[in-house]
Amino acid sequence: MTLSTELQSETPSKLSVQHISKRYRSGGREVHALDDVSLEVGEGEFICLVGPSGCGKSTLLNIIAGLEFADEGRLYTAGAPITGPGRDRMVLFQEAALFPWLDVLDNVLFGLKLKPGLSGAERTEVAQFYLKLVGLEKFTKSYVHELSGGMKQRVALARALAPNPRVLLMDEPFAALDALTRQQLYGDLQDIWQQHRKTIVFVTHNVREAVCLGDRVALFSPHPGRIKEQFTITLPRRRDINSIELARYAIEITAALKGDARPSDEYAI
Amino acid sequence: MKHLLRALLFFVLALVAWEALFRAKIWSPVLVPSPVSVGRYLYEAAVDGTLWDATLVTMRRLLLGYGFGIALGLPLGLLTARFRIVKDTLGLVALGLQTLPSVCWVPLALLWFGQSETAMFFVVVMGTLWSMIIATDNGVRNVPPIYARAARTMGSSGLQLWFRVMLPASLPYIVSGMKQGWAFAWRSLMAAEIYVTILSGFGLGNLLHYGRELNAMEQVIGIMFVIIVIGLLADKILFSPWEKFLHRRWGTAK
Ligand SMILES: Nc1ncnc2c1ncn2[C@@H]1O[C@H](COP(=O)(O)OP(=O)(O)OP(=O)(O)O)[C@@H](O)[C@H]1O
Ligand SMILES: [Mg+2]
Repeated sequence: MTLSTELQSETPSKLSVQHISKRYRSGGREVHALDDVSLEVGEGEFICLVGPSGCGKSTLLNIIAGLEFADEGRLYTAGAPITGPGRDRMVLFQEAALFPWLDVLDNVLFGLKLKPGLSGAERTEVAQFYLKLVGLEKFTKSYVHELSGGMKQRVALARALAPNPRVLLMDEPFAALDALTRQQLYGDLQDIWQQHRKTIVFVTHNVREAVCLGDRVALFSPHPGRIKEQFTITLPRRRDINSIELARYAIEITAALKGDARPSDEYAI
Repeated sequence: MKHLLRALLFFVLALVAWEALFRAKIWSPVLVPSPVSVGRYLYEAAVDGTLWDATLVTMRRLLLGYGFGIALGLPLGLLTARFRIVKDTLGLVALGLQTLPSVCWVPLALLWFGQSETAMFFVVVMGTLWSMIIATDNGVRNVPPIYARAARTMGSSGLQLWFRVMLPASLPYIVSGMKQGWAFAWRSLMAAEIYVTILSGFGLGNLLHYGRELNAMEQVIGIMFVIIVIGLLADKILFSPWEKFLHRRWGTAK
């Protein structure tokens, strides 16, 4: 494998979730986290999962990541069954989960070092390429505690992109950031996604965020967790979260969400 | 700077008060020696070499036993964190023995190893080992699960996961454990040296003991002073900065 082929994005893969069910038992209580959930995500599609707290969005994402296992059902990426974590599917968590004992560059290198077929110098070059992509090329030698929340998520994004996955799984990655930083990241994420096609599954509570980013928005309903409704978003890219057309979609989806929401649940429009 | 001056002033005043107490002759000078005589003793012991020899003997014993205790305790701690069965057996033993003041090992050490360096070594190891096992185990259990999850998605597993993620992630707790182990080792060695005389070397504890036998109070107080200084240096220069640094960078600061 040469560097130029390595930096070329892998073709994004199709993701197929078929009849997934998952129950948790804790302290004699049983939670039906997912009930017969099926979802087809196309190559290079950006899908957002939205739903009230506890409806199983993270559970589904973790199952796709291979970090947890379904009780029933099947999952395939690019036609191959998912049996565990894999470099073809990288995850971005709500907490950046960067390693504080490594500097920024070494954090991005962590996954690359586990990938065979590259020399040390090539790995460093790949890591620097992705750090540049997220705009942090000047911070390669910084340590995690010296970064702001937004910078941490950028590093985490670079770290997830570096092994050149075909699927990117994101679990509320921007939830802990301030509105301004978030808006910047919406723009950057859309740019990166358009340049380096990936299949993206993005979990969020924020309906506007979902409409801004997703080709499609899947609504979940809780107890048991199911996909209730899906919306295709046809707005042109690159989308501005403050645009009026976007707000129209958001209002429609929020109304659908509120159909089964308890009064205590709140949605950002 | 202001803090330093204040501390300095306090110690000068304390010394003056001490000297005044000595001059007042309320107690016999055998019980309360003057600070000047303590200083003179330390100076003479430093010049004729006894102080350095004793410090060297003590430090050698300490480092040998401590180093061994750490080297053994770290892998055992990792095993207790990794395997439930080790936790239920060795972990329980460590928990129990850690509560035992390590000077309690001295009689046993004497029976097993006689009045030998091995006995000293054993006591220091017992002082270090158990707290190191517990600190390591505790450190690993405190690692945020998200680290292991993130690492696994990037293809990390097995020993790689343990040595590249779990071990470095628990480092701040491990260093806290090393600091505690040092304190235990230091205390147990002093107790052992006061309690046991070994002909192959006189440590600081031995000097303290002989000071009492000779009724040389300035020696007793002088050596106590040296012991305090070594303890402080180890804590404030060796461990605390390192510990603070790690907790800050790891974001585990209390
Ligand atoms: N490890 C676990 N043990 C027991 N129950 C669990 C576990 N993980 C999740 N659950 C339960 O499964 C359900 C779905 O959880 P999940 O984290 O997937 O929800 P979510 O949609 O991601 O919620 P949120 O939006 O708050 O993140 C919840 O009721 C939760 O309590
Ligand atoms: Mg969640």
